[in-house]
Amino acid sequence: MKKIGNQTFKLDNPVTILETASIVGKKESDGPLAKYFDVCLEDEFYGEKTWEKAESKMIKTSIETVLKKSKIPISSIDFLFAGDLLNQCISSSFGIRDFEIPFLGIFGACSTFVEGLMLGSMLLDGGAGKFGIAATSSHFCSAEKQFRFPLELGNQRPPTAQWTVTGSAAAVLAKDGIGPYITHVTPGKIVDKGIKDANNMGSAMAPAAISTILTHLKDTGRKPTYYDAIITGDLGHIGKSIVLDLSKTEGYQLSSVYNDCGVLMFDKEKQDTHSGGSGCACCGTVFSGYFFNQLKEKKIKKMLLVATGALMNSTSSQQGESIPGIAHAVSIEI
Amino acid sequence: MGEFLSSIDYWMFLKAFIIGGILCVIAQILIDKTKLTPARILVLYVTTGAILGGLGIYKYLVDFAGCGATVPLTGFGNNLAKGVIEEVSKTGFLGAFIGGIKASAGGITAAIFFGYIASLVSKPKMKKQ
Amino acid sequence: MENLNTNKDYQKYVNKKSPNSPILKNCFNAFWVGGLICVIGQIIYDYFIFRGFPQDLTNTIVSISLIFLSAFLTAINVFNKIGKFAGAGSLIPITGFANSIISPAMEYKSEGYVMGVGAKMFTVAGPVLVYGISASVIVGLVYLLFNTQVIMLV
Repeated sequence: MKKIGNQTFKLDNPVTILETASIVGKKESDGPLAKYFDVCLEDEFYGEKTWEKAESKMIKTSIETVLKKSKIPISSIDFLFAGDLLNQCISSSFGIRDFEIPFLGIFGACSTFVEGLMLGSMLLDGGAGKFGIAATSSHFCSAEKQFRFPLELGNQRPPTAQWTVTGSAAAVLAKDGIGPYITHVTPGKIVDKGIKDANNMGSAMAPAAISTILTHLKDTGRKPTYYDAIITGDLGHIGKSIVLDLSKTEGYQLSSVYNDCGVLMFDKEKQDTHSGGSGCACCGTVFSGYFFNQLKEKKIKKMLLVATGALMNSTSSQQGESIPGIAHAVSIEI
Repeated sequence: MGEFLSSIDYWMFLKAFIIGGILCVIAQILIDKTKLTPARILVLYVTTGAILGGLGIYKYLVDFAGCGATVPLTGFGNNLAKGVIEEVSKTGFLGAFIGGIKASAGGITAAIFFGYIASLVSKPKMKKQ
Repeated sequence: MENLNTNKDYQKYVNKKSPNSPILKNCFNAFWVGGLICVIGQIIYDYFIFRGFPQDLTNTIVSISLIFLSAFLTAINVFNKIGKFAGAGSLIPITGFANSIISPAMEYKSEGYVMGVGAKMFTVAGPVLVYGISASVIVGLVYLLFNTQVIMLV
């Protein structure tokens, strides 16, 4: 592995994404990407008593599913990176506590999935074992409860608000394999443009996404059109259009290849999700479901996956802090 | 029942409808324009009601619109102020600490008790939209 | 396009970029739902006055009835749908105050009946009681000092 440019690491031995799994809730399975997900839940409680338990069970199921699909025995997994939005990442640690896999909990808010892919591929490239897992989860109800209001409160969501995706995603990374390969990783810097409105996350995170995308392109000397797809995690409709606007002012024309998982996840008009999807599972499930399928079928050959996160909590919001954004990118090629 | 129906002042219904509606519209404009959270709006309304009640202004609105003025949260604030003034006139200094809750005890207790019952018999459900 | 280097410029740009709430539609819905709730209150009020209840007691009966209605609708998972439609129309009447006590009680049931339901019940409505009651104490003290309604002094 060597560092190129300012922030990008080029892997000497590109790491294969062996298999992915995704599990989503009812609303997500009513959306346009339904057929790409492995498991669609009818009941957001998932047979459990609380939202938190349901989220843990989802991450457990997604890891079990990815292990089954990849046919790798659990004992061969050398490490697992996982994280989520709930305080101290309880969904992840409770969901996987029975697995007996070396566990490294990470927090990158909604950028967690790509953060896991990035760290996992760097470890494997460095020779630390053969197989690793990156996983994440989020749940609309547990996120509303923690960050916003009780579900039964009769309030209105402003048009800039985004809808937390209920779901979980997991991917098995392998040192040896036939691709799709993770070839470059670009960890992001925190960018905070002073946005304070927790109902406008897309605008808060978009500058971080632009920073990471443009840095990646500069570091690698690639043009946007090198990629078949440049995909951000959960900027939603407003964030997406900000990325397009601002990258243009920097002299980059992204519109032909750029899209956002939060935009793809829901049908904005029919599902009334306002500015689109968000949450750790947004980027995770859309990649694991839709894009991994496209890579396998060679419909997309090169993609840059850029997950975005808002690094705040309700205390920082109440104390009047602005929302620091972050974005991590991995370049995936076949 | 027929006697009750014939006793109704339908003009009062219209006034209650319009004044109650207007109070809600003011809050809606505040929510949409200033991004104030619901809790802040409720605090603003109850405090405004208490101040207007204390100044003796709110009672004119109550006389005019009946429940159009008492049902919105400004009415709750007014009720607190009204109760406190009555109690102060009766018992003096201590009244300031007794009158408010005394006058609105029914509403507060009902909300707490029904809330507790609701939590026993029901649980939250995923929002569809 | 304008320079967005400073946070202020970016905020301005974001404000322009973000769609506004459909304020006319929201106000219309808030108006008729809010008005309707008040009329329901008025019907209850008129009925109990007709039955010969004293005015103060009747006002309390109106409050308790509407709070019960709100609790019922919250418990059958309907109030949040009305709230989404009507916004301030269901928030501002006493129904909204009740909903803001009942909804956290239900939500935090999973943390137990004492520290969940009992403690979290006031996460949204607590401030209303704190400010409402504190304001009433101040009104009482001011009245005590001047022993007359303040308006008479102005």
